[in-house]
Amino acid sequence: MGCGAIHFPRRPVCNVCGGRKMEECKLGEAGRVVTWTTIRNPPAGYDASTPYVVALIELDDGGRVLSQVVDVAPEEVKGGMRVEAAFRRVKEDGESGIIEYGYKFRPVIE
Amino acid sequence: MRRVAIAGVGLTKVGEHWSMGLKDLFAEAALKALDDAGTDDVDALYVSNMCASTLQGQLHLGAMMADAIGKSGITALNIEAAAASGGVTFHEGVKAIASGLSKSVLVVGVEKMSDGLPESVLATQSMSEDQEYTAYTGVTNVGLSALMYRQYTEKFGAKAEDIAMFAVRSHENAEGSPHAQYPFKLSIDRIMASPMEADPIHMLECAGIGDGGAAVLLRPAKRASDGVEVAATSVATGAYYLSGMRDLVSFDAVRLASERAYKAAGISPRDVDVLEVHDETTIAGVISLEDMGFAEKGRGAAYVAKGNTTRGGETPTNTFGGLKARGHPLGATGLYQIGEVALQLLGEAGACQVQDAEVGLAQSLGGLGSTCAVTVLRRF
Repeated sequence: MGCGAIHFPRRPVCNVCGGRKMEECKLGEAGRVVTWTTIRNPPAGYDASTPYVVALIELDDGGRVLSQVVDVAPEEVKGGMRVEAAFRRVKEDGESGIIEYGYKFRPVIE
Repeated sequence: MRRVAIAGVGLTKVGEHWSMGLKDLFAEAALKALDDAGTDDVDALYVSNMCASTLQGQLHLGAMMADAIGKSGITALNIEAAAASGGVTFHEGVKAIASGLSKSVLVVGVEKMSDGLPESVLATQSMSEDQEYTAYTGVTNVGLSALMYRQYTEKFGAKAEDIAMFAVRSHENAEGSPHAQYPFKLSIDRIMASPMEADPIHMLECAGIGDGGAAVLLRPAKRASDGVEVAATSVATGAYYLSGMRDLVSFDAVRLASERAYKAAGISPRDVDVLEVHDETTIAGVISLEDMGFAEKGRGAAYVAKGNTTRGGETPTNTFGGLKARGHPLGATGLYQIGEVALQLLGEAGACQVQDAEVGLAQSLGGLGSTCAVTVLRRF
């Protein structure tokens, strides 16, 4: 709250100003790709979508988030590319087959 | 605070040890160190390990390993700090002697990884990261390195081949290394032709998977005799999330830990005769070299490509093969590095010997540079 820094994930203490007063805010839903990689050897539970792109995304409000970038071929991803948040399947929980959903990002459809 | 000396070193070969479990790897290293020191006297045991709770479902390693070598009754515990476990555990062992609380401390790193499914091992390594926000994305530790790699090449124009030379040098230095997992040269062409692990990092730029045990025995330094002492041991932490990193081409924890260590030891990078760097990936090795002051920011890859880190070079680095060629049994790695520096300073490095080594430094890194342990050893 004090210094205006945006944190994701939320944190108990600001690592910029040391302040303890934090306010929940809605993150911007779109931003640009800062840097990215294509995962070719996945950890357990992620092989269904391999290969997949993971990117550091800077949102329009200044916050940064690490997330997959989907709906685009890995070789088409570029630095500065505009992306927006989307609700997607993230992984399957082993033998029980429970499917976890969450956020990923996709290219903004102009 | 008392001065602390290395009294004994014991290293197992790094490899796929199908007939050895955690206790066997531990015992081989621990007993070798005790025999090297010519003593059976231990009053505290510090065990370094990262993966046992997940890959073996095993906790409580302190008591388990003390019992394994017939030392039930002594102080014993297990310390974990991801891949920096070795350096961090050593730090604690040093404190036990320096403080006067203990007089003979065994610090042993042990890891058994080769019988896990590759995807399970990758998931275990990712446990260094926030499970809900980082590991959750499916990014692997090499993937996190790759995110920094791309920023690094964009910002400094470094060539991929120059960065990859870090692995070439580690392999060159592994020739003749008795305990290395891959004691042979690896050409730049083979590395660049290997498949991508996490673009743009090639598979052969990344440390592999292995089993191993590495032990060091610590005692108070005796003025009357000569040997190797701990000149400094420092541990620093850095940003835990990529999104919170000050800049994406530096490890703050490496800079902090090395600055503290240089100050405590009264040295500068120029004084380091032998260096062990955490080359889990080539880019992590390059960035670490820079953040410890061995090369200017952005010039680390060129520094390595030019030959400065060979056994005869300005800064002999990873003198038994480093993480890439000696191997990287996660919790044991930091102790391998420290044991190797000690062997160099004692003149016991055999085919890998660096001439006239007086001061050595070992750097251990955990997570995406979120923990760094730096150890400086010195002949006395």
